[in-house]
Amino acid sequence: MDNLLSIVTFLPALAALILGVFLKGGDAAADRNARWLALIATSATFLISLFILAQFDPANPGFQMVEEGEWLLGMTYKLGVDGISVLFVMLTTFIMPLVIAASWEVKDRVKEYMIAFLLLETLMLGVFMALDIVLFYLFFEGGLIPMFLIIGIWGGKNRIYAAFKFFLYTFLGSVLMLVALVAMYADAGTTDIPTLLNHEFAFESFSLLGIQVIGGFQTLLFLAFFASFAVKMPMWPVHTWLPDAHVQAPTAGSVVLASILLKLGGYGFLRFNLPMFPVGSEVVGPLVLWLSAIAIVYTSLVALVQEDMKKLIAYSSVAHMGYVTMGIFAANQQGVDGAIFQMLSHGFISGALFLCVGVIYDRMHTREIDAYGGLVNRMPAYALVFMLFTMANVGLPGTSGFIGEFLTLMGVFQVNTWIAVLATSGVILSAAYALWLYRRVVMGDLVKESLRTITDMSRRERAIFAPLAVMTIWLGIYPAPILDRIGPSVEALLETYDDRVAAADLAGPRVAEAPAAAADH
Amino acid sequence: MESIILFAPLAGAIIAGFFWKLTGIRGAQWITTGLLFLACAFSWIVFFTHGPETQHIQVLRWIESGSLSTDWSIRLDRLTSIMLIVVTTVSALVHLYSFGYMAHDENFREGEESYKPRFFAYLSFFTFAMLMLVTADNLVQLFFGWEGVGVASYLLIGFYYRKPSANAAAMKAFVVNRVGDFGLALGIFALFFLVDSIRFDDVFAAAPQIAETQMTFLWMEVNAAELISILLFIGAMGKSAQLLLHTWLPDAMEGPTPVSALIHAATMVTAGVFLVCRMSPLMEFAPNALAFVTFLGATTAFFAATVGLVQNDIKRVIAYSTCSQLGYMFVAAGVGVYSVAMFHLFTHAFFKAMLFLGAGSVIHGMHHEQDMRNYGGLRHKMPYTFWAMMIGTLAITGVGIPLTHIGFAGFLSKDAVIESAWAGTAGGYAFWMLVIAALFTSFYSWRLMFLTFFGTPRGNKHTHEHAHESPKVMLIPLGVLSIGAVFAGMIWYGSFFGESDKVARFFAIPAAEDAHGTEGGHDEAAAEGGHADGEGVAEAAEEAAQGDLEGAGEAITTTEGTGDSPSAEGHHFAFGGAPGDGAIYIGPENHTLDDAHESPVWVKVSPFIAMLIGFAVSYLFYIVNPSLPKRLAETQRPLYLFLLNKWYFDEAYDFLFVQPAKSVGRMFWRRGDGDVIDGSINGVAMGIIPFFTRLAGRAQSGYIFTYAFAMVIGIAVLITWMSFTGGAR
Repeated sequence: MDNLLSIVTFLPALAALILGVFLKGGDAAADRNARWLALIATSATFLISLFILAQFDPANPGFQMVEEGEWLLGMTYKLGVDGISVLFVMLTTFIMPLVIAASWEVKDRVKEYMIAFLLLETLMLGVFMALDIVLFYLFFEGGLIPMFLIIGIWGGKNRIYAAFKFFLYTFLGSVLMLVALVAMYADAGTTDIPTLLNHEFAFESFSLLGIQVIGGFQTLLFLAFFASFAVKMPMWPVHTWLPDAHVQAPTAGSVVLASILLKLGGYGFLRFNLPMFPVGSEVVGPLVLWLSAIAIVYTSLVALVQEDMKKLIAYSSVAHMGYVTMGIFAANQQGVDGAIFQMLSHGFISGALFLCVGVIYDRMHTREIDAYGGLVNRMPAYALVFMLFTMANVGLPGTSGFIGEFLTLMGVFQVNTWIAVLATSGVILSAAYALWLYRRVVMGDLVKESLRTITDMSRRERAIFAPLAVMTIWLGIYPAPILDRIGPSVEALLETYDDRVAAADLAGPRVAEAPAAAADH
Repeated sequence: MESIILFAPLAGAIIAGFFWKLTGIRGAQWITTGLLFLACAFSWIVFFTHGPETQHIQVLRWIESGSLSTDWSIRLDRLTSIMLIVVTTVSALVHLYSFGYMAHDENFREGEESYKPRFFAYLSFFTFAMLMLVTADNLVQLFFGWEGVGVASYLLIGFYYRKPSANAAAMKAFVVNRVGDFGLALGIFALFFLVDSIRFDDVFAAAPQIAETQMTFLWMEVNAAELISILLFIGAMGKSAQLLLHTWLPDAMEGPTPVSALIHAATMVTAGVFLVCRMSPLMEFAPNALAFVTFLGATTAFFAATVGLVQNDIKRVIAYSTCSQLGYMFVAAGVGVYSVAMFHLFTHAFFKAMLFLGAGSVIHGMHHEQDMRNYGGLRHKMPYTFWAMMIGTLAITGVGIPLTHIGFAGFLSKDAVIESAWAGTAGGYAFWMLVIAALFTSFYSWRLMFLTFFGTPRGNKHTHEHAHESPKVMLIPLGVLSIGAVFAGMIWYGSFFGESDKVARFFAIPAAEDAHGTEGGHDEAAAEGGHADGEGVAEAAEEAAQGDLEGAGEAITTTEGTGDSPSAEGHHFAFGGAPGDGAIYIGPENHTLDDAHESPVWVKVSPFIAMLIGFAVSYLFYIVNPSLPKRLAETQRPLYLFLLNKWYFDEAYDFLFVQPAKSVGRMFWRRGDGDVIDGSINGVAMGIIPFFTRLAGRAQSGYIFTYAFAMVIGIAVLITWMSFTGGAR
């Protein structure tokens, strides 16, 4: 199968097309068909994507299974995976069937709903596989549209505000990226990502509007990409769209948003910022580290006082993404390995947590923490599942949440102890907000009249959680399958990075300190 | 065999937790308990048969990233094997005891709610995590166990999930422990940063270099060994409830009493002491950190003892007592006599577990009444419990024959700690704090006994009428533990606090080069004698367990004989070897152990005298003149309230940390996210917002889908336009 990657990428879109063209009517039978088709398509995508994993050679740090072809307007269509991207592809194909299964009870515009999710899957997979910057950009921006619709149509009361906020933040962020892409093309004369990875952009400092730009062109490019990915992550202080989007999005939308869409930002950092603009990374990196550390403490404290379950988990997501950016810009093996691991693990854990909220939201139609209490009395299975993912969320060793957090912290400690100390304090705060949430929702006696008849999880719900629970524990105990695959690619990336930074003598430690000092004040 | 010890409890936990419907409730209980007894038996076998060498058993790969390589693996040396027997023995007995204690629990609806398998599953899971902690071969696995026991503790404290106080206590325990874990994690990061490995062997081997390294930490330029030792000790402070991070332990008494005995007395809370002893090769190079350990341990011992004086809840008295005794252990470790820290840990596990299980027996018999003011005169109703508690009290207060090695377990180990403290601090602060704490210990322990078992019944008459002795299944564990509380000190005195060469042999510490040549012959002879002796003791202990107390008595006299002989010959042994050679490391400059043996008579007698005074005052207050305590509390009201409210730590923390965290969080949320960030970004986009609101307003009419598609098309046009214009440039 020479075009395995394309098959995986476009299979969901094909299903969406079939749904759109051939499925008529809005009756119950049509809805059922739409659900089943979507489930079958996403499951098939997952199964086929296992071949990608099987064919992938962990020892090879370069791009594999590359497909290349001419495309319209003289642009190139090029897909491929390496150790950094292959597992994100797997994460996406793994999560999507669960997302569809979790949407089984959706009653409104089922066909369109499924189309939106199927298209979204194609676009997300495309982002992780694209090896051409134009293609990447199209997938990257295209993903916004289905998500915008999902929030705007199937969302909660305040969905319009949330949808536009989501759209505007992420879209405005990426306008700068577009400019940078053009500039890169102008400079390197190609849109091919592997070629660009080997291209060295100019880093001679120059003066712009009276401001000395250290690292020159690279720094500017870095900042342009950074603006886009930082919003996507999201990093403090451009994170405020996320809690709103999560709160308004339907459960499945939240799951996709938290599990996969947020990872596009981290992936972007690893694909573009770090390897293509090493000097820029070296210059701006310390600032990013500070932003990450602030994000962890700040959003954890905010999470502590939330009254809406989804908002709390959304803020917790921002804090966890703080570990990711911190690990990436620590720019050492543990940091970057940890960041990738953290993203994958967060995909399972936060997805599961949003599903946990969904389970009780479906029953009580409120996300208000105060509306619950004592659920363990009637929902023991739910209490168990929620406990597991709460503990994973606080980074308990033995769950996958620990490994990412631990590695990123270990990585950043080697770079800056201030950041490490601040970020490590996040483990205290995360325990505080997560367990407090759990205590208020699940523990205690069941006294609220409205909860008297609440039922425990159905078989379908249990089946959705089971794979997530298995992954969370399995990867926590035996993370080697992941670390073995990402290790060589990360090592190669960092080797080039270190060489280039070392070669660019001007961007030595002297310069790197400047933004850090600035951030101090 | 080691793997079976480790994984039998895990298997039990999984079976009881997830498959109890297949095995039945009884079946789940028997399976977990049976597996624990198996692990316990194997642990004793390992303890007696395992030689001095350190053994590594790899189980599975774990985290590998660049130069970081972590395995799931077992490290087996003397330190591990001591902890193995402590953990598995107490755990097995607590499992057995829980059959009775958890038989009927009014916190759950009988028949409807199957709380028992869950309880046993948690107990077994805890045991597994604790075993992972003590068998860890690297710091990350230790951290796994460390947090694992934290979770088990959280689950068990919050076991009565309907009680708000239990839920609050569970959460508090976890979060406060996380503060400690914060330090421990940073310590691990720093070690990896310096050594490029977190395996114990590599860390220990690098200890001398670490001691010569200066590193930048935050704004400070500090000695790396000192820094790391302090960071690791912060972890120990959290887990072992030392001052400042102790507040969770008394609240943890919300859990069922068997849990308090197992987790919050005998095993988990001693993990901090274990950590300091395990890291002795590094600690030895950090004299200032050790001084801090000593100071904090001594202060905790004193502080907790003062609070224990006035508490009325029987479990809280014992909880503060635990906190105080942990302080003793840290002092011993802090002055560099790690073997004595382990000695007190070892004996304390027996008598404190027994005190808790005894208290549980009283609570069980008194229908979950925990206030000692409502007890009284129970010794006739519960004779076995009474005698068990009496033995426990004699052990913890340190009753024995001064200047000999005959006495209850606590007598030998506590005196060893106090003598070490005297030698290690030249008769300073720590020594006096510990002696005063010994006095207080004696007072509150006897107060507990007098209030509970003597005098006339107080409180609810009905409860007293129905007070009853506990079933056999609860008394047997008490009996077994009382054997430990009586004999553990005498049997193992020589190994932990005997002459240097005996201790060195027990912990497999090599002799210093020069001493070895001249003393070689003697060493070997002693080694043989010691070995034979050890086996004799083992048999004796087993016989004793079967009720044959005479056998154990004989063993004691022999132990004592060999323990004394080398000092009579003026033999002087010097510790040697590189860091990490033995189970613990004692630097060549560290003579505290020898000095402790040569401490003056008044020092050796001082804890005994303190004990007598404590007993006398307690007797006066609660037997001779029971109105005296009340009058004293009234005349010294501020002091009384200060102690009763535990020095107001909880209130202070709430004011200093909890409330500020919440208000800062609220401020960040409303002001930061709401006004500043959204405010400014929205402000920038001010031109677009009215457009939104109009759109949103119209969207209500149901045409949202149309608008959304219009938006999509707009974007598509925009992108195309931008691409073309961009591409043209």
